[in-house]
Amino acid sequence: MTELNTHTRIAITNVSRRGLLKGVIATGGLVLSAQFPAARGAMANTPYPTGAAGMPNGVVSDPKLFVSIASDGTVSIVAARAEMGTGAARTALPMIVADELDADWARVRVVQSPGDEKTYGNQDTDGSRSVRHWIQPMRQCGAAARAMLEAAAAKKWGVDASEVQAQLHEVVHKPTGRKLGYGELAADAAAEPVPAADKIKLKDPSAFRYIGKGTVRISDIVDITTGKAVYGQDVMLPGMKFAVVARPPVVGGKVASLDSSAAMKVPGVEKIMTLPGTPAPYKFGQLGGVAVVARSTWAALQGRDALKITWDDGPNKVYDSKAYKAQLEASVKKAGKVERNEGDVDKALASAAKVVTAEYYAPHIAHATMEPPAATARMSGGKWEVWAPVQSPGQARDDIAKAVGVKPEEMVLHTTLLGGGFGRKSKCDFAIEAALISKDLGGTPVKVVWTREDDLRHGFYHTVTAERFEAGLDAGNKVVAWRHRSAAPTILSTFEPDPKHPFDIELGMGWVDTPFNVPNIRQESGEAQSHVRIGWFRSVNNVAHAWSIQSFIAELAHELKRDPKDFLLEMIGPARIVDPRKSVTTPWWNYGEPFESYPIDTGRLRKVAELAAERAGWGKQLPKGQGLGIAAHRSFVSYIATVVHVEVSDKGAISIPRVDTAIDCGYCVHPERVRSQIEGAAVMGLTLAKHGEISFKNGAVEQSNFSDYPLVRIDEAPRETHTHIVEHGINVPASGVGEPGVPPFAPALCNAIFAATGKRLRRLPIGDQLA
Amino acid sequence: MANLRVNGQERAYDGDPLMPLMWYLRDELGLTGTKFGCGVGLCGACTVHVNGEAVRSCMVQMSETAGKTVTTIEGLHPRNEHPVQVAWRDNGVPQCGYCQTGQIMQAAALLAKKPAPSDAEIVEAMSGNLCRCGCYQRIHTAVRAAAKGA
Repeated sequence: MTELNTHTRIAITNVSRRGLLKGVIATGGLVLSAQFPAARGAMANTPYPTGAAGMPNGVVSDPKLFVSIASDGTVSIVAARAEMGTGAARTALPMIVADELDADWARVRVVQSPGDEKTYGNQDTDGSRSVRHWIQPMRQCGAAARAMLEAAAAKKWGVDASEVQAQLHEVVHKPTGRKLGYGELAADAAAEPVPAADKIKLKDPSAFRYIGKGTVRISDIVDITTGKAVYGQDVMLPGMKFAVVARPPVVGGKVASLDSSAAMKVPGVEKIMTLPGTPAPYKFGQLGGVAVVARSTWAALQGRDALKITWDDGPNKVYDSKAYKAQLEASVKKAGKVERNEGDVDKALASAAKVVTAEYYAPHIAHATMEPPAATARMSGGKWEVWAPVQSPGQARDDIAKAVGVKPEEMVLHTTLLGGGFGRKSKCDFAIEAALISKDLGGTPVKVVWTREDDLRHGFYHTVTAERFEAGLDAGNKVVAWRHRSAAPTILSTFEPDPKHPFDIELGMGWVDTPFNVPNIRQESGEAQSHVRIGWFRSVNNVAHAWSIQSFIAELAHELKRDPKDFLLEMIGPARIVDPRKSVTTPWWNYGEPFESYPIDTGRLRKVAELAAERAGWGKQLPKGQGLGIAAHRSFVSYIATVVHVEVSDKGAISIPRVDTAIDCGYCVHPERVRSQIEGAAVMGLTLAKHGEISFKNGAVEQSNFSDYPLVRIDEAPRETHTHIVEHGINVPASGVGEPGVPPFAPALCNAIFAATGKRLRRLPIGDQLA
Repeated sequence: MANLRVNGQERAYDGDPLMPLMWYLRDELGLTGTKFGCGVGLCGACTVHVNGEAVRSCMVQMSETAGKTVTTIEGLHPRNEHPVQVAWRDNGVPQCGYCQTGQIMQAAALLAKKPAPSDAEIVEAMSGNLCRCGCYQRIHTAVRAAAKGA
């Protein structure tokens, strides 16, 4: 097993901001030893390897970096990752530190770090990795700080360290009951050496105050509910200008001609400039176009409306979603590139008693974060500062610095709160725009505001996909062959010359890891050329893979007149470890995690399916027009199953009285936030199933705002979502939460609709297909 | 020239009469608790009270605000403890939080008119406010809790 101290391999800058010693206040008298919890460091805390060390710049656990204690006892804990709403970055991780530190959460302040991975380790808040990769180092960090406080107190009292114990913001001398507050010990503790990783004693989980309890509120709850919380759109600097950009309607397009005379006459408009675009592959680069700089956002918008631009659209003008759908569907009808092969599918299909075939199609979707992208930049005396709601602050700083031609060390990136991320704000194109415009203005502070139209028309879109299944049944109605072909433009095309086939990360997202108990399995990818910036959207390729696979399972169940839940369990098969490594053609990607810590355990997948079904009252009699549907899917190394109860009216209107989702995310650090994520995932899953579609005509996005890209509102949302968390001890590695709730929702819904109406939906969004 | 009251303070405005109130609040007064979400009255993130009514401030031109009283999230309650704010905290409503000030202003306007709304009335009143994180279940619960406390 990898030792935890591999996590501390990154060079640490020792930035001690500890408060001054106020003086020792002698306390004494009370003997508290009877109240101490059981011995710490029991077997429960055996370290396990994760993919954290393999992430760029790894993880850091140095308490001198993450923890500082003021003389008044205020404990500041650094949040180095971005907070976009999961509660991981600014609540769960600092809470883990505070618990091991035995700090009083009421006296903890969370401080946001700048984007700087060399100092803080990996900051890429993506892939449902925050708790998964940081629970162990953050525990180490807090426990090390606690040990330093204890050592400082022991020295001060001249007693053996074994006689003292930290307890809720104080260190107590057990034999005498003397106490010293953390504030009183701060300066001395800061001078103590950080204990070696193998000397750090973690708490026994029974002594946790906050971890696993779900009682800690999100750190920004008061600021959010009073309007004080600052998102990227909210940054205000003295002398700041406001800018909007007219971007090419087609990716890769350029300005052919520009007449800005009318725009310059708009009161408040100060400057109009042409921004260069980024040649393909676009990566996170700016799209280019024409920037309008003004004294207010409103003036900038008016100015942009008055621009007269003709565009040279370039080669992506050919992109037409209707024609492209036909191309993808043709692609999956042909033999494709073999991505995984077990047994002999061709032979098994040829000799099958019956072959069941179905095809599915799901379109592009957009993230539509409630906060449209926005960023602010300024330069003064050669020093750059950027304020941006970015999911990967360290990477963004490097990319923005490169775009303006300075070293990363010459730029400070302040991570604001993110008004939603979902993968869109992993891409810092909007912040690069702000820096380029500020550079053109000689460093004047400028905020680039994206409107909703900009957001929907210039995104990094979730891929469009066609999926085709052929299942061969033997004479006894057992599934003996499973061929699944998929064609979808790849995310890799945004970064490299288009390979036209998926890469390992896409393959691993609920596709070649399909864990079914079928002897002959083959996955083949069809060719799919990209014409837009393909990006990742919450749970990524799992969305279409889970939707189509879990829908097809229910189709087979219907074909065989089997109960869909029983048949799903039969397909999953008995509890066992499934290892796709031996049958894939591209090295298998397990969400970046070592197989030993995060295998594919069908027992856990079965368990969530059974739990969700049981809690939903699977099998109960429902009135006409109502139905239950189930789906189970492993993603981000967590196991999730959802049962949707749907009611479909005579006119085809959908309402959802209840959703039951069971989640096995290993050890659960903050159950209340997990519930919140699952509730939200049901709504996002419903939006993508019911409404979500971004389509292209002549290379340009056809949608513009929430009028034609609707999101689910409160009146259509599931009325009740019940989350059932499978409980584990701390030795079961924590796994993803932010994303895994999304994939099973759409198939569970479509399966419920089938149960209610007999209508099978093979195309998303549902739209008016039930009308 | 328009004179309006914003959070109890008299303000004089002599800029573009067509400018939406939202941009005036955000860019000129720095009251960024009123959020920009869509600009066309479809998401509710910019909800404020004008003479006690919940309105989308992106849809109100400055020329229409003369003599009006505007309340933003920053002026909702002197100690930031309006029952709706308290209920939002007690029920752990927000995820990213961006839409929540608009949601709170909408809910506060509802409860000012209907201290004990039915579930259907809550849904109807809140259906103009989008939440991409999908916090609707808790929004509903929190409005009901605030109504009980009102």
